[in-house]
Amino acid sequence: MADVKFQSEILPELDPSAPLLDVRDLQVEFRTRDGIAKAVNGANFTVNRGETLAIVGESGSGKSVTSQAIMGILETPPAKIAGGEVLFHGVDLLTLSKERKRRVRANHVAMVFQDALSALNPVYTVGFQLAELFRKHRGMSKAEAKKKSLELLDLVKIPAAAQRINEYPHQFSGGMRQRVMIAMALALDPDLLIADEPTTALDVTVQAQIMRLLAEIQAERQMGLILITHDLGVVADVADKISVMYAGRIVEQAPVLDLFGKPAHPYTKALLRSIPRLDTKGQKLEVIEGLPPVLTNIPPGCAFAARCHYAQDVCRTDIPLLETVAADRAAACHFSAEVINGE
Amino acid sequence: MSDIALEVTDLKKHFPIKQGIVFKSTVGQVKAVDGVSLQLRKGETLGVVGESGCGKSTLAKMLVGLEKPTGGSISVRGEDVTRLGKAGMRRLRRNVQMVFQDPYTSLNPRMTVGDIIGEPFEIHEDAVPKSGRRRAVQDLLDMVGLNPDHINRYPHQFSGGQRQRIGIARALALKPEILICDEPVSALDVSIQGQVINLLEQLQDDLGLSYVFIAHDLSVVRHISDRVAVMYLGRVVEIGNEDEIYDSPMHPYTQALLSAVPVPDPTLRGHRDEIILEGDVPSPANPPSGCRFRTRCWKATDKCASEEPLLQIRQGAPHANACHFAAPRDVVHAVD
Amino acid sequence: MSDVSTPKPSKQRSLWSDAFHDLRKRPTVIVSVVVLLVVFAIAFFPSLFTSVDYKQCDIALTKAGPVSGHPLGFDEFGCDLYSQAIYGAGPSIQLALMVVVITLLVGGFIGVLAGFYGRWVDAIFSRIVDIFSSVPFLLGSILLLAMFRDVDLPLISGQFELIIPAVLTLALFGWTNTMRLIRASVMEARSQDYVHAARSLGAADGRIMFRHILPNAMAPVVSLIPLSIGGLISAEATLSFLGLGIKPPSITWGIMISNGAGWFTGGYPRLLIVPSIFLIVTVLAFVLLGDAIRDALDPKLR
Repeated sequence: MADVKFQSEILPELDPSAPLLDVRDLQVEFRTRDGIAKAVNGANFTVNRGETLAIVGESGSGKSVTSQAIMGILETPPAKIAGGEVLFHGVDLLTLSKERKRRVRANHVAMVFQDALSALNPVYTVGFQLAELFRKHRGMSKAEAKKKSLELLDLVKIPAAAQRINEYPHQFSGGMRQRVMIAMALALDPDLLIADEPTTALDVTVQAQIMRLLAEIQAERQMGLILITHDLGVVADVADKISVMYAGRIVEQAPVLDLFGKPAHPYTKALLRSIPRLDTKGQKLEVIEGLPPVLTNIPPGCAFAARCHYAQDVCRTDIPLLETVAADRAAACHFSAEVINGE
Repeated sequence: MSDIALEVTDLKKHFPIKQGIVFKSTVGQVKAVDGVSLQLRKGETLGVVGESGCGKSTLAKMLVGLEKPTGGSISVRGEDVTRLGKAGMRRLRRNVQMVFQDPYTSLNPRMTVGDIIGEPFEIHEDAVPKSGRRRAVQDLLDMVGLNPDHINRYPHQFSGGQRQRIGIARALALKPEILICDEPVSALDVSIQGQVINLLEQLQDDLGLSYVFIAHDLSVVRHISDRVAVMYLGRVVEIGNEDEIYDSPMHPYTQALLSAVPVPDPTLRGHRDEIILEGDVPSPANPPSGCRFRTRCWKATDKCASEEPLLQIRQGAPHANACHFAAPRDVVHAVD
Repeated sequence: MSDVSTPKPSKQRSLWSDAFHDLRKRPTVIVSVVVLLVVFAIAFFPSLFTSVDYKQCDIALTKAGPVSGHPLGFDEFGCDLYSQAIYGAGPSIQLALMVVVITLLVGGFIGVLAGFYGRWVDAIFSRIVDIFSSVPFLLGSILLLAMFRDVDLPLISGQFELIIPAVLTLALFGWTNTMRLIRASVMEARSQDYVHAARSLGAADGRIMFRHILPNAMAPVVSLIPLSIGGLISAEATLSFLGLGIKPPSITWGIMISNGAGWFTGGYPRLLIVPSIFLIVTVLAFVLLGDAIRDALDPKLR
């Protein structure tokens, strides 16, 4: 199906053999009253078809800004993409003309947001908003578009879709609204889906429903999925590989089992130990003391050094680069060998 | 004296649904809390869990006197506070205080930290003499792990976790015995949550406080609680010791809730006993007859629609639950 | 970007002083403040700016062009245009300030009551506001001023007698906006957790209202004051243009515009353009300042 799309597309330079998404040295800055905040400071990662990459981090780590930069929905100003490449099948989305950028994004990349109520237009029915996509981008007739919309609502398992298609977003519950947004994201058959905290606003039983739905659809369509989240539980359940972000940098990258089993960065390690677990009563929580640095004033050296048990003098002067520490995995720590071996 | 710090009996809060602008008429009742009975023992932490709309926040508001109950009673030290006049309520305030969820809206942005934490002393002038108030505020700041020299700063100069500490200091100013914590860490980042949880645990040990800890995060609740109550649509469906609830939940809702929590351990992927519930929580304005969970329950029979299961100790479990067909199921540890 | 603006360790500022620091750096603010300072100086000390008496007219000089000592020439009655524009500032500004003070006091008081107590208090006042708002502002003012045109007001005399009817009319139709605004921001502040926190500590209504709600509800109102002063100056000009606002022998920019309008196409556009520029520059300065204050006080725009 995807191959058919390539031939018909307006972008012949798309290279199907290149990775689905390859982000290289992405830099995003924000102009604030206190100076320039480096929200993303050199992010590198790739996502392949059928793969789920989870980008994990706390607020201010740059994970959402990264996804917004890929989608091209950063508000500029205050934001500014200061460097790097976002290669979609080998084509840099950052340097394309506005029109072609829009076309690639409309047809190949889609996004699911945390807050479905504000992401959907309140004055149009759900059916209209879905059908509009088909009519605008696929040139379908009204009847065709409606039929396709219904199929999609069925796909995301909205009960009694035929009736609900004529309702407005506010008439749906939180979970159902999230399903509608997923349906809209899937409408144009994207190759890459970015989900930014898709279940954070939902109750835990509904979260389970939505995550299962996303996983099913991704497996079926062989999409690439970028999951932005702070919830390590969700990550453990669905991700293939993980990028951990801290203060604008990726500090660790690893397949899911390796990362949870033997973290290579002190921040990852501390984070995993600081979360209470459902299946054990546990002792006093090991916490990460202190706060993340202010992005307008990141100290020299490693941004995590001030909160790190492994920190030596070198950490306060030299920024550790993201380097390979084992097969398929990388970490940005001067002492990753010690961390990974649990010393 | 008994060891019960706080007792709630058949507590109800119904919000009228009104229509019309000038001449309002009541067209229905949202039964946010509908007959809840709980006991909080001295020095313990009672966790209250449930999803949005289950009534846990309304319950919290009634416990600190922010909402007036429609029915039932709340007794503190054996005294029914729902029947107290103004003076009695003032006494209650000094005994039961609240920690709020959102550290950004719970502190007045135009007051200094010193004024915020010192406000309880201005309201209750006999608590600390005027000359000692500044010292008392600084002691409180120190107690919650903040720099006492920051007394003149404003809330927006602090991070979320630090603001939550300020909120805790304010709640502790009048030396209460009971703290009602309404989602105290859910607005915080993971690495900061642990700091605040540890602080709450340490304060409990040092000051002998009793906590009602309301949260939707079941892992956090397990970590901090001695006993746990599970709420669904305004009722408690199961209550027991922490290990009883988590290791052998009896009520189907508790089981579904626990099974839905993702565990940060990828080796368990595909091996967990996941119960995916269908549909959404029904409206509390029009709850189902009989058992309120029956519309989403895989065990439901005609009996569940006609006969309301009471919260009581049933066969097969040492703790109380409200299900006709209660049976233990270890969903948390299940690995096939 | 709440994400990026994590704590600022060393600096210690309140929201207001933060806003002040912010404002000082904006060029539009500096320009509008300078303009407004000049306008206020003109309004309250007109004799500093001209020694010519605006009432001393010589019909022989009708519509004459600029000459030495009369840089802007003369109007149709042979009065000095520059001194008229200078003396015309006073009544306009005084009127606007008086109206703003009255609407703030009345609208603010009622707005706080309605917003804080809600229920029937709110229902009654909100309906009254609806009634006032259903009358078009200009039509209402014209009607009212026309009806009481020849009635002498007791107890007041002198210069104020000439502007009081316009003040009362504008205040009568203006307080509803202030009331709505304050009511809305009080209602918003009332439902914040810090108010709940104060309540659960046992704070009385008065403390909650004055310590917690009012200081927080004032921000949107403060930023609206310059905007509404600007609007009132234009409204007064409109009424004067229609012959219903401040009455001669007082002079205002509105009266000047009204007089000058007839000569615009008759070869003397100067008679309309001069007062119009004074009016537009002043109103613009107020509007720009109001916009800047609103932005500076909005934490979300930080």
